[in-house]
Amino acid sequence: MIKLEPRAQPSRWLAILSPVLALGITVALGVLLFLLLGKDALSCLQMFFVEPVKNGRALAELSIKATPLLLIGLGLSLCFRSNVWNIGAEGQFILGSIFATWVALRASPESGPGLMIALLSAGALGGALWAGITAVLRDRCNASEILVSLMLVYVAEQLLAYLVNGPWKDPNGYNFPQTITFLSSARVPRLSEGSRANIGVPLALLSAAACWLFIHKSFAGYRLDVAGLSPAAARYAGFSARSALWLPLLLSGALAGLAGALEVAGPDGQLTTHVPLGYGFAAIIVAFVGRLDPLGVTFSSLLMSMFFIGGELSQSRLGLPKSITGVFQGLLLFSLLTCDTFVKNKLRFVSSGSARALAK
Amino acid sequence: MNELLLLLGSSIDSGTPLLLAALGLIINERSGVINLGAEGLMLIAAITGFATALATKNDALALLAGAGAAAVFAALLGLLVIWLNANQYATGLALSLFGSGFSAFVGIRYTQESLAVASHHGPYSHHYLVYVAVLLTLGLSWFLFRAKAGLVLRAVGESPEAAQALGYPVRLIRLAAVVTGGALVGLAGAYVSVVSTPLWVEGMIAGKGWIALALTTFATWRPARALLGAYLFGGVTMLQLNLQGRGVNLPVELLTALPYLATIFVLVLISKNPRWIAANMPTSLGKPFYPGA
Repeated sequence: MIKLEPRAQPSRWLAILSPVLALGITVALGVLLFLLLGKDALSCLQMFFVEPVKNGRALAELSIKATPLLLIGLGLSLCFRSNVWNIGAEGQFILGSIFATWVALRASPESGPGLMIALLSAGALGGALWAGITAVLRDRCNASEILVSLMLVYVAEQLLAYLVNGPWKDPNGYNFPQTITFLSSARVPRLSEGSRANIGVPLALLSAAACWLFIHKSFAGYRLDVAGLSPAAARYAGFSARSALWLPLLLSGALAGLAGALEVAGPDGQLTTHVPLGYGFAAIIVAFVGRLDPLGVTFSSLLMSMFFIGGELSQSRLGLPKSITGVFQGLLLFSLLTCDTFVKNKLRFVSSGSARALAK
Repeated sequence: MNELLLLLGSSIDSGTPLLLAALGLIINERSGVINLGAEGLMLIAAITGFATALATKNDALALLAGAGAAAVFAALLGLLVIWLNANQYATGLALSLFGSGFSAFVGIRYTQESLAVASHHGPYSHHYLVYVAVLLTLGLSWFLFRAKAGLVLRAVGESPEAAQALGYPVRLIRLAAVVTGGALVGLAGAYVSVVSTPLWVEGMIAGKGWIALALTTFATWRPARALLGAYLFGGVTMLQLNLQGRGVNLPVELLTALPYLATIFVLVLISKNPRWIAANMPTSLGKPFYPGA
């Protein structure tokens, strides 16, 4: 008989190994799925794991898609560490893109770097405000942050639809639900001529470094960890339970909002209903696969970006639906949670005699 | 007057999937297991039900197929959180994310199809599942508060340690609750794609699974109150559609957002009184249970 027993200390090696193992399981299940669909599994895998890292241009594309995932994943890691279940990052992302658009629509051709700073700050502010609604309702009215933050995603989607169909609609846009294309002064500057990668990439990496310092080196970060691991211990130590709710929510909202601003003023260049692509939800997986640690999240955001690009390539080149990305994302998180069991528990083989003794 | 009756009737129709899902989630949560995968389960059931209806032209079979598919995936969730003690919140989210990806993937070839289903118009003409849902509400109320098995289920949710000490197989009871609950959530999902709007659109559940989760809190885990809440939400949805149809001078988007805003409003209203929630919430909800620890 096999028994699961909690380990006194979670295994550190397995904690690192578990995402790798989970990826292996996901790939194996993916191959199975491709074979069932009668596709050549090898060329499918190539779309996911070779094409996105093939050359400089592909790598630039990979980093563009990884940027919002990294920014949002960092914020969600902070939330999940302190046991705040913010699953509405998609809505905070949308509000960030809306606030940034408000600034972008006021740009003139002569606007300098000040405008870009205002645009990105506005995005972060929008995301933080939207997350702030969840924080207020949790703090003041004890309403579940899971449900409130998620409901606010649907509300944000409608707000976005209203703006691009109504007051902000491009009068020369053939009635498409979209704003005007932003002036070049309101576009996120690119890293170099000819590359699509923009300053969002170093900005996201900087945020990752800042989050790492915050979590591992600051007292405030330590307080959040304690609040997440044991609310009772945090209370006993006199750490504020309210700041353990507000701080991660506002920070994650701001990071998601920043991601929204970078997206709308970066690759997209105009606000449409297609700006939100589900990065807010995918970032939940990014955070878990990255072990809620900024360094890990940096790697997992790249992996998830490969999933997104692989899905798009599978659609355009192999005629597979793009939604295959969603299937893999879900599978990856499932496998990870299964593998994680063995980080916190160990298997013990009990002979049937002693098993009977245990049962008694 | 007739119009009011029509609105009332259609509110009951559109509240029925919410009711079915909320009943399932009440069973689920009464056993101490929270299922954040409801949205994903409903999507999986919706596409399964729709595909079955298209292939067999059999309404009842389609609803059952949806319920069955959801039950299978709920069992997977159950194994992960009950035996492997995986985090219930994270696993539920995984199921919701997987369900939305999986249903979109499978459903891609069904987006152009639609079903020919007998329409139920008029205040007194409803699909039989509407009546089944009412009967289920009564039955579940009786089961939870009058039957011994229901008492055991609640005991498992309140104090799994005590239930185990009395000799009840806590894990098996929880799995049974998760699978049964999942089947009802699935029935709700299939109802949406087979009866309410007989077609498949990606993400067509549009948050109904999450609203049903909110309803369990709203109903303080009591079936009769869930019925009231579900019909109320059905009413908000129908009112909103009705106003859109009349071309009321309000942005369509605001009206579409109404059910979600109403959910937040209701959650705030109910949760404001912590004592009310604390007195009714299953004590071990969301917490892992280690037998023999």
